[in-house]
Amino acid sequence: MIDRIAALGSKGLETLQALGRSGMFLFHALWALPNVRVNGPLLVRQIFSVGVLSLIIILVSGVFIGMVLALQGYNILTRYGSEQALGQMVALTLLRELGPVVTALLFAGRAGSALTAEIGLMKATEQLASMEMIGVDPLRRIISPRFWAGFYCLPTLAVIFSAVGVLGAYAVGVVWLGVDGGSFWSNMQNSVEWGEDVMNGVIKSLVFGIVVTWIAVFQGYDTVPTSEGISRATTRTVVYASLAVLGLDFILTAVMFGEL
Amino acid sequence: MRTRTVELAVGAFMLIGLVAIIFLALRVSGLSMQSPDETYRVYGKFENIGGLTVRAKVTMAGVTIGRVSDIYLDKEDFVGVVEMDIYDSVSNLSTDTSAAILTAGLLGEKYIGLTQGAELDNLTDGSEIYNTQSAMVLEDLIAKFLVGQVSSDDP
Repeated sequence: MIDRIAALGSKGLETLQALGRSGMFLFHALWALPNVRVNGPLLVRQIFSVGVLSLIIILVSGVFIGMVLALQGYNILTRYGSEQALGQMVALTLLRELGPVVTALLFAGRAGSALTAEIGLMKATEQLASMEMIGVDPLRRIISPRFWAGFYCLPTLAVIFSAVGVLGAYAVGVVWLGVDGGSFWSNMQNSVEWGEDVMNGVIKSLVFGIVVTWIAVFQGYDTVPTSEGISRATTRTVVYASLAVLGLDFILTAVMFGEL
Repeated sequence: MRTRTVELAVGAFMLIGLVAIIFLALRVSGLSMQSPDETYRVYGKFENIGGLTVRAKVTMAGVTIGRVSDIYLDKEDFVGVVEMDIYDSVSNLSTDTSAAILTAGLLGEKYIGLTQGAELDNLTDGSEIYNTQSAMVLEDLIAKFLVGQVSSDDP
């Protein structure tokens, strides 16, 4: 019985320590950037591997989610004779919720796991240690560009996701199902507010970008340097990042739209 | 060469992001470039504002000519005060313009409809619209209808 309580206590302390370590880690990594000449090319390469390579999956899933929303929405709205509200429904759903959240989940699976595995393997093969040995700060050279790339890429991908989703909904709703194109757009423009909807979606995805990248990079950096440790860290990245995104989404929605 | 491909791809990625946000701004949210501050403010007192909200449309003959900027209670007369920002381009509303709170469709959003009067003087910044007509509240209508029904049944 006493052992159980002790085990619980040590688990709690461990979690607390990990939290503290990750906070210090985030602080140091962000503090390390401002040298554009050295870090610019590194950052470009990271934006390529984090953002550009995630573009295909974002485009494809954006089109399909937009099309499915239009199809489902049409079937329900047409029952009340208000299928011209389709554009409004699809745009608000995408901009406020699905764009940021689904992009963040896909990003955690596609880019987050890759970041964790890459950094974890660097640690396991002692590349990070040898970098420190020759006087290069791995935080500055390896971690910091990946952070900034993640912060920049996720909002961009979320915006692309929403735009492509709206176009997919247009293809299904207007071209295929025959909703009037003029009322599709004008209803959308009347109900969607730039600051309220678009900007809040961007802020959401910015927060998700910070959290997902932070979790991914920290799990890689903090991994147990064995092959099993890397696999476990990668799993943890996807699970923690997804849960964090969904939980934070509720809080952010409550603050932004719930008049809290 | 390899670096160049990467840089090109990243540049294209940034460009696609920019195009997407411009698309969301202009096409989806209908953001227009006109500066929003060319307005003058008038107010009207209503017995009941119903479900009118801030930023609702102010229209005349169905055309949007302004927005509701503020709603509050007049604590002396116990009526709702609605402040409206009217575009400067519509500067020739007469002082006896009437304002009514209308509903788009049966259950749609509330908006204000203005009707031009006959006076020669025009409304200016800070003037009051005296001819006001309250919102139609569905419950009141139903209550009136029920009362009418009962009294007409009486011999």
